[in-house]
Amino acid sequence: MSDISASDISMSERGWIDIGSIDDIPILGARVVKSPSGCIAVFRTAATEAFAMDDRCPHKGGPLSQGIVHDRKVTCPLHNWVISLETGAAQGADQGQVKTYPLRVENGRMLLDRSAVSVQRAAA
Amino acid sequence: MSEVIDLPRPAAASSVRLFPKIKQRLVVIGNGMAPGRALEKLFELAPDDFEVTIFNAEPRVNYDRIMLSPVLSGEKSFEQIVIHGDGWYVKHGVTLYKGEKVTAIDRTAKTVTSSTGVIASYDKLLIATGSVPIILPIPGAKLAGVLTYRDLDDVEAMLLAAKSRGNAVVIGGGLLGLEAAVGLKDQGMDVTVIHLAPTLMERQLDAPAGHLLQRAIEARGIRVITKANTKEISGTTRVEAVVLEDGTVLPADLVVMAVGIRPNAQLAKDAGITVNRGIVVDGGMRTSDPDVFAVGECAEAHGQVFGLVAPLYDMAGVVAAQLTGNEGSAFSPSAVATKLKVTGINLFSAGDFADGPDRDEIVLRDPARGVYKRLVLKDDKLIGAVMYGDVADGAWFFDLVKKATPVIEMRETLIFGPSYAGGAPLDPMAAVAALPDEAEICGCNGVCKGTITKAIGGGMTSLDDIRAHTKASASCGSCTGLVEQLLKSTLGDEYNPAAVQPMCGCTDYGHDDVRRMIAAKDLKTIPDLMQALQWKTSCGCAKCRPALNYYLLATWPGEYQDDNQSRFINERVHANIQKDGTYSVVPRMWGGMTSAKELRAIADVVDKFNIPAVKVTGGQRVDMLGVKKEDLPAVWADLNAAGMVSGAAYAKGLRTVKTCVGTDWCRFGTQDSTGLGIKLEKFMWGSWTPAKVKLAVSGCPRNCAEATCKDIGVICVDSGYDIHFAGAAGLDIKGTEVLGHVATEDEAIEVIAALTQLYREQGRYLERIYKWAKRVGLDTIRRQIMDDVERRKALYERFVFSQKFVQIDPWAERVAGKDAHEFAPIADLTFKDAAE
Repeated sequence: MSDISASDISMSERGWIDIGSIDDIPILGARVVKSPSGCIAVFRTAATEAFAMDDRCPHKGGPLSQGIVHDRKVTCPLHNWVISLETGAAQGADQGQVKTYPLRVENGRMLLDRSAVSVQRAAA
Repeated sequence: MSEVIDLPRPAAASSVRLFPKIKQRLVVIGNGMAPGRALEKLFELAPDDFEVTIFNAEPRVNYDRIMLSPVLSGEKSFEQIVIHGDGWYVKHGVTLYKGEKVTAIDRTAKTVTSSTGVIASYDKLLIATGSVPIILPIPGAKLAGVLTYRDLDDVEAMLLAAKSRGNAVVIGGGLLGLEAAVGLKDQGMDVTVIHLAPTLMERQLDAPAGHLLQRAIEARGIRVITKANTKEISGTTRVEAVVLEDGTVLPADLVVMAVGIRPNAQLAKDAGITVNRGIVVDGGMRTSDPDVFAVGECAEAHGQVFGLVAPLYDMAGVVAAQLTGNEGSAFSPSAVATKLKVTGINLFSAGDFADGPDRDEIVLRDPARGVYKRLVLKDDKLIGAVMYGDVADGAWFFDLVKKATPVIEMRETLIFGPSYAGGAPLDPMAAVAALPDEAEICGCNGVCKGTITKAIGGGMTSLDDIRAHTKASASCGSCTGLVEQLLKSTLGDEYNPAAVQPMCGCTDYGHDDVRRMIAAKDLKTIPDLMQALQWKTSCGCAKCRPALNYYLLATWPGEYQDDNQSRFINERVHANIQKDGTYSVVPRMWGGMTSAKELRAIADVVDKFNIPAVKVTGGQRVDMLGVKKEDLPAVWADLNAAGMVSGAAYAKGLRTVKTCVGTDWCRFGTQDSTGLGIKLEKFMWGSWTPAKVKLAVSGCPRNCAEATCKDIGVICVDSGYDIHFAGAAGLDIKGTEVLGHVATEDEAIEVIAALTQLYREQGRYLERIYKWAKRVGLDTIRRQIMDDVERRKALYERFVFSQKFVQIDPWAERVAGKDAHEFAPIADLTFKDAAE
């Protein structure tokens, strides 16, 4: 094993959870992670990068994981709000914010920050 | 109540200006297009000279009366035809009394009095009372339900009456009458036009063009009776029928009288101003009282009254010039051109086209193309032109008429238009390029070519820019093509016509351009297409990607690899997303038929998966609502086991074929409507289309399957099948149009498949059949499907070919494991977290 993966493991022990391979998500697609306080949507862009945020549109609670992904944005399936995957902010004239979570891709594995699944998340 | 407005005159002491100008008080009676234009010109010439007060009998701002027909037909809203919004009046310090009619003018005191008692003083008065529609002096003319066609109130009354979907009779087959008839037909009424003269629009068209027009109007399902004299309108409290001299009785829930207008000059007459047919004015638009002007349809100049907008706008310019001291400015009537504002009917007439011994005619007829052109020459000059079908050269001919250009040298090729005027045929842009700078492009707003090319030279690059800055093509829109050609010929390659309506923010190309280039450039994947067409975003957006996916799928059947990530969630998971993120599931029930076995399987599925709601849909199906996404494959497996497949209730594709029980059970049934519905559904299921497609087959004209508001409908009759299309019963409500009649089931299926294929090839993504049909023209569609048998067969073959690749049940595929990632979370951390 290389040094890098060794450090991954230690990071993972410290605060990252391995949620699967990035190839488990189609390009420009999304999957969900079930957590104690609701679903987290994990998106994959055209590049090999992934983003995580609450699976709830700030507008009417639409499941963002079911939307169409384009650039680093997703369009909500219910009423076409566009949300930035990087910041979680609603784009254009709409105003709203989705909570995002740190997620890193290392050696093809997606590592989600442990804070995303702590029971205190909703309060955070 | 009485109130005297003495408009403030700024005094020197209270003014910041050194030499304050004392404003003159201008009172305007009427707020139509002519005074609106006059004020616009006035504020341009002298923004600070007048304190303006307007009395408008209509309770609203100034709007484009020419565009009432598109409001009636539903193509535009009132807001879209407003010329001056409230802000304009505020900006120019105009006091506008809405819904206040002036009842008297006192020329000695120089005041006017309104219906509510407002008295306003004037230095100058402008009368613009317009015209009133002529009401035929026949019994019943005052019954409720008898309307005229003049203002927005009339349009609103017609729209209300049209909700009944009853019978409408339009008296008068002139410009307004025909526009009203088409509008009412578009609103779903059965419309008859009765016209006194032997041919329609006889004042603007000669007899052959009138006949072509009549044919086109009739092809829209409107009945036309010419040489018809109305005897009376019958009814007790409201209109019930129109009775003609020859005894014909036409049932009517609505009668529109569009037999002409007369100048509304009574107010002026009561004030002692000279009135003949209209208010008599001199060349400077002054009435017999030098402080009183008249403008618009109420004015009579050079012994004539005017009803078309171009001369009225000329008058408006003269009034503004006179008010600002240019007393040399004078109105002189010139030749006028007319166009009918009915989508899909092209006709144009200009000048004087009556026969005469001193006149020559050049006529071109091409009945197969529906083209008719007639030029009238006198003393080697063109004095009039009538064109039907192909009106592209209208502006060029009109210019020759207005300028009285000698045409002797080009006489041989004159009728072929400017492309041939030089001998050799030029490119299509030549017609507009050949026009001189003074040639009028927009007749409504009097904008000539030079003004437009100057605006383009000044940096305008789109149609919207030109509309905003020159007003060309901003009224009736019939010159839009010419303006676009000017943009093209002036800007060359820099002009991107799709800038008018790009697909989305990712591109400047419009839907039709993209479709053309997919075929022309052999583009077969979304990334290739975005590369070749220089998409501005890396991977499109939620608007263009589904459209591109459809266009590629429709262009390359069997070859294109469907891109799931470019599909809306419903089509990606073959169920309909609900507001709470659950899904609804609708199995196919062919033609709306089901069985105990199917219903039992549905009941079992509902119990097994705790599905909270079950509902019968409008398309004769059963909808299970509130299914969790993870359960979808298991639900489908059980439904598949009972022989049911996806009902595609989520698809931009064939949805349902609704039927009645037809000859199987019904005592009125004329054909096996259920059987035909099932055949159609089994043949067409799985096909993707620009937007959803719903069908229905009714076994007799009682139409229990409600086929006449569907995308495609069949009404069975004894002699066969009437095929209908372009209906709507959603955001818009619209009865279908008749496509044609066929004798056998096989022909019906061929016609319907060919129609669907034509729509698949031409429709823009999300454009329903009725909108597509309106855009390309019903006649064009009828010709390609009903008249051109070879074309129909080819379309049918292409439909059959594309069906080979799509009739695979998407549910069964997913039960077998396809796209499993869609239905399961990538990770479940609930347990892990709880254990910590």
